[in-house]
Amino acid sequence: MTTFMSRKDLFLLLGFTIVVLAMPIWLAPFGAGYPDLLQRFMIFGIFAVGFNILFGLTGYLSFGHAAFFGVGSYAAVWSFKLLTLDAIPAMIFAVVISGLFALVIGFLCLRRSGIYFSILTLAFAQMSYNLAYSVLTPITNGETGLQLTLADPRVLDAAMGQTFVGQPVPTLFGQQLGGYAGFYFCAGFLILAFFIAQRIAGSPFGMMLKAIKSNQTRMQFTGFNTRPYALSAFVISGMYAGLAGALLAVTDPLAGAERMQWTASGEVVLMTILGGVGTLVGPVIGAWIIKYFENILSALNDNILARFWSFLPDGVSDVVVKITSKFVGDGWHLTLGLAFVIVVIFLPGGIMEGVRRLAALFRRSGSSSPKTSARTQPAE
Amino acid sequence: MFEVIFLQFLNGLDKGAAYALIALGLTLVFGTLGVVNFAHGALFMLGAFCAVTVRMFLTMETVTLDPEKLSPWGAPLEVREPLVQAWLGDFGAVLVNYSVPVSIIITIPIMLLVGIALERGIIKHFYKRTHAEQILVTFGLAIVAQEVIKSVFGPNPIPQPMPTDLRGAADIGAFLGMQANVITYPVWRLIYFVFAGVVIGGVFAFLQFTTFGMVVRAGMADRETVGLLGINIDRRFTIMFGLAAVVAGMAGVMYTPLLPPNYHLGMDFLVLSFVVVVVGGMGSLPGAVAAGFLLGILQSFASMNQVKAIFPGIDQIIIYLVAVIILLVRPRGLMGRRGVMEA
Repeated sequence: MTTFMSRKDLFLLLGFTIVVLAMPIWLAPFGAGYPDLLQRFMIFGIFAVGFNILFGLTGYLSFGHAAFFGVGSYAAVWSFKLLTLDAIPAMIFAVVISGLFALVIGFLCLRRSGIYFSILTLAFAQMSYNLAYSVLTPITNGETGLQLTLADPRVLDAAMGQTFVGQPVPTLFGQQLGGYAGFYFCAGFLILAFFIAQRIAGSPFGMMLKAIKSNQTRMQFTGFNTRPYALSAFVISGMYAGLAGALLAVTDPLAGAERMQWTASGEVVLMTILGGVGTLVGPVIGAWIIKYFENILSALNDNILARFWSFLPDGVSDVVVKITSKFVGDGWHLTLGLAFVIVVIFLPGGIMEGVRRLAALFRRSGSSSPKTSARTQPAE
Repeated sequence: MFEVIFLQFLNGLDKGAAYALIALGLTLVFGTLGVVNFAHGALFMLGAFCAVTVRMFLTMETVTLDPEKLSPWGAPLEVREPLVQAWLGDFGAVLVNYSVPVSIIITIPIMLLVGIALERGIIKHFYKRTHAEQILVTFGLAIVAQEVIKSVFGPNPIPQPMPTDLRGAADIGAFLGMQANVITYPVWRLIYFVFAGVVIGGVFAFLQFTTFGMVVRAGMADRETVGLLGINIDRRFTIMFGLAAVVAGMAGVMYTPLLPPNYHLGMDFLVLSFVVVVVGGMGSLPGAVAAGFLLGILQSFASMNQVKAIFPGIDQIIIYLVAVIILLVRPRGLMGRRGVMEA
């Protein structure tokens, strides 16, 4: 085993697996231990890990990754509609389709670099989004979103003689994928995705990608053609996005075009930056934090805040409630934006850099109190 | 047929003018400070909301109940009296009517302050960082600005009436000696186009014919040498950032009667303006203006029914399609300089 993976990598993978699988337990005290949110943690974790393979390793900032996410969703729903309600074929189908899509778009976009690359990916994603809303309505069902109906052909299911009663839902070998079953299904994929990303980062191929990030010109002078490497990274990360999109379709079989909008692309960039670009664990943590606070903060309202601040004197607490209420509920994006600005300004390496600085601090002075460490914890 | 094409051409001008104004500001910031400013669309939106605020103040009114008269529902009639009109008489009424152009006077100093504060407060620290980080921090700022506006003004668009004298359409066809009533065009759009022309011309003249502009141009070409000559180039660049903010703000103010502003106005325009800037070539002011008008007009042509019959959905994607083609064929955009932003 040691020749296959270093001991450190193995521990990291094991630790990650344990943390992920035990999430329903350790997240319960934080009010996040329910399957719906946990599934989202897994799905956006995969999305962010995949995005990091492109942005973190090669340095190419794509602003159009939501397109692959959306394509994955549509492909999965079509697989449910046409072939079978089983999730596995849908996953494969979605990953293949989004990979092909990424191959075409990546081939064109990677002819440019820097901001031109970002704008090209953005342009392609916006084109896909606008087309999904207008001309491609027969495929995407436009604003309504693509959904499963009883009348779908489902040729494989029909050949197997399976029939369904009521609203069709995706299954895995006949088992329904609701609730915790859905979570563990997604968690399996996240761990797999993490493992593959880990292997890529540690492989000669990963070294090549990092070299592209640090100095592409020098790579070319030493005789490497960098474009195939960058394109492979682009396609792999597009496949990750497609996988995440397909999983979202499994847990909630309704694919809408808004998943492809550029704000969705921006969100995955935020997740990756917040967690730490170029690190393995960072993007996943970033995704979890954003999804967690999206869920928690957007559910808060004035009453809950009033109870929370009730220990303050009356007049003061009213003011405080008034101010804080701007940052929660519908206004949680304001918190996100502020947190994001603060992270980019003070902690460009994201949360992982914060952790690293903290560890260095502890190593230098072992006696530093945990109180100071709590304060240097990065925003949110 | 000629009339139809000419009309579509005109229709593209006002949108093109808005793109050109935003892209001009973006390019100014990029050319001087070397910063990719994703918050520029937010400045456009802030300008639009300056107009909203000014109108809110101008239309503040006192409500008194008149027991003598009854409304058709039998309740005492509410008499509303605008405060401005009460204080200033007829001039007040004119002010309310012309609230949109009037707000420009107030918008200019506000946006100048906002721009300078933004540059000194945050952007300054990002000169030496990578373009990706500049994009990210300004993107975060844009989110913040958008959410602040949303929590103050609410999520719905707030329509701004245009001055009564400037409503309706102008018969351009007759003016150009063609048949009457064939080519008519809303007056306000015409005004927007002329306004954009004046602002763009003003910015170019400022850069071309003043000493300040000359120093700024020198700084754009070689910042270090200008600094070595003992000129405080940073301060001038800060002012240029303020100027770019003012241009964006004014563009936003004048656009409010055409499109009721809401909080995501900035983001909607930002994505397109970035495409415009890149198509024009990063760092090229004439390129930005030309690309703005070009894409606005192309978008207008693509939304013709005859075109849509041949290429369904083309109106939705034309801008992005053109951007992709131009970037793949001409790597630096229409008029971009060599070696800018390619790393």
